[in-house]
Amino acid sequence: MIEILSASALATVQDLGRLGALRWGVGTSGAMDPLALAAGNLLLGNDVDAAAVEVPVFPFQVRFTEDGAFALTGADCAARLDDVPLLPWWVGEARAGQVLTLGLPRAGAWRASRAYLCLPGGIDVPAVLGSRSTQLRGDFGGHEGRTLRQGDVLRAGAAESGAPVGGFGLVPPALVLPLQVDGVPAMRVLPAAEYAHYTEASRAAFWAGEWKITSQSDRYGYRLAGTPLEAGANVEMRSHGIVPGVIQVPPGGQPIVQMRDAQPSGGYPKLGTVIEADLWRLGQAPIGSRVRFIETTWDEAISALDQMQAWLANVQRLVALYRRQQARS
Amino acid sequence: MSTHEPTISVLGTSALLFEAPGHAMTLPDQQRIWALAQEAGRWPEVREAVPGMNNLMLSFARAPLALADLRARLLAAWDAAQPLPLEGRVIELPVVYGGEGGPHLADVVAHTGLSIDQIVEIHSAPAYPVYALGSHPGYCYLGGMDARIATPRRKVPVLSIPGGAVSIGGAQTGVSASAGPSGWNTIGSTAMRFFDPTREPPALLQPGDTLRFRVQKVIR
Repeated sequence: MIEILSASALATVQDLGRLGALRWGVGTSGAMDPLALAAGNLLLGNDVDAAAVEVPVFPFQVRFTEDGAFALTGADCAARLDDVPLLPWWVGEARAGQVLTLGLPRAGAWRASRAYLCLPGGIDVPAVLGSRSTQLRGDFGGHEGRTLRQGDVLRAGAAESGAPVGGFGLVPPALVLPLQVDGVPAMRVLPAAEYAHYTEASRAAFWAGEWKITSQSDRYGYRLAGTPLEAGANVEMRSHGIVPGVIQVPPGGQPIVQMRDAQPSGGYPKLGTVIEADLWRLGQAPIGSRVRFIETTWDEAISALDQMQAWLANVQRLVALYRRQQARS
Repeated sequence: MSTHEPTISVLGTSALLFEAPGHAMTLPDQQRIWALAQEAGRWPEVREAVPGMNNLMLSFARAPLALADLRARLLAAWDAAQPLPLEGRVIELPVVYGGEGGPHLADVVAHTGLSIDQIVEIHSAPAYPVYALGSHPGYCYLGGMDARIATPRRKVPVLSIPGGAVSIGGAQTGVSASAGPSGWNTIGSTAMRFFDPTREPPALLQPGDTLRFRVQKVIR
């Protein structure tokens, strides 16, 4: 069990998302960095889609109210358990009463903006419409359908199964599966239906330019700033389903990338979609930072997904191996 | 690109978008979309078949290795799809047009050249069929708006409009079910609960139901 010590910090409970309620207008929500969430869960022997706390604002503090293991993934935020520094992407063991502090994310070997705190068995909140993710727009899911506040108490889903196994970790995927163009973090994009509506110069500028993530960016969407994109003609679209990753271009010409809390439908023209396998990279890109986009193909996007799954499968195998060794020694 | 053929495009590797030919929004085409949704929703690679306005999104349970087979199946199913005449309930919504609850009514006046009274009369006249749900929990996309009051979506989306906002976006109209961002022009407001996650189904309205707007008040 943990108690939130930080005042309003925009932290939320998230799993891999609410898949299958789109036909009622319910978007997916879910972790902005699904890879960090899944890996954190695997480190604890949880199901990959167990719920965790997503932390976007630092410093962030929780107190453990009972003994237990925990995993920290995502941003390297100089975490400390009481006064003991913790490595990023690490499994720790806490005693009742100990305080976990997440500091400002460090711009070290990789730069990220969100941390995930996973507990054994996942965060125990009720599943609503098939998921424990917080649906902020609908005020349901997660912890009481809202962001976490000081004094909130969250329970772990599993009592410790045997002795907790801590003291090991992972090399983060930002280092194992890096993707940059000219030193700038990059995401692969599949062109979407209205791609051809944009002028050739605008399309070229989209791929060649750096895009700044403006301060008007959050879990709903990232509003980008760069060379405005010009369409050959203004089209009024019929509303249609969209997914996180879709890059919409309102008439102003500055693109908006739909993120996890995005609405499940829209009507602005779509230039492309950040592929599922790279959405975690964008989910971790800090406000004010710049990103690049790489044009990709269906086949490449599928193999990128396979690569991500293979990395997770390898994590699962290594964790099982380590736990077996620990159990024997 | 011929406008007589449906278009199929991808939304990354998460979903595929099927769009009926043309740019209009017709009830017969929507009824075929409902039929296509019923059929495609049974396919193994499809997690959910989600109707939009004369279009259909298929979210993938698992992204297919190649798209050719799925495209061919969709086109064949569309050709075979007969209009599915869903006929649900009729719901009446009292609306206060204009004032604080309708901050963009003036923009619709400016764009259409019509008076406030004409816009209210035209907007409240039809029985609007619910074509699809989307945008946010419980929100309904409606067919049947009179083209005379069509007004383009806003150049920059509004960061938050309240629940119950009645708005026009392009040739469409709808009512927001909760507060949130929107690119549409809000012309009025209503009080109605459209969504309850503990209910089965959670949404008040479904495709095939009908909405009527009753003029409760006009604030000029």
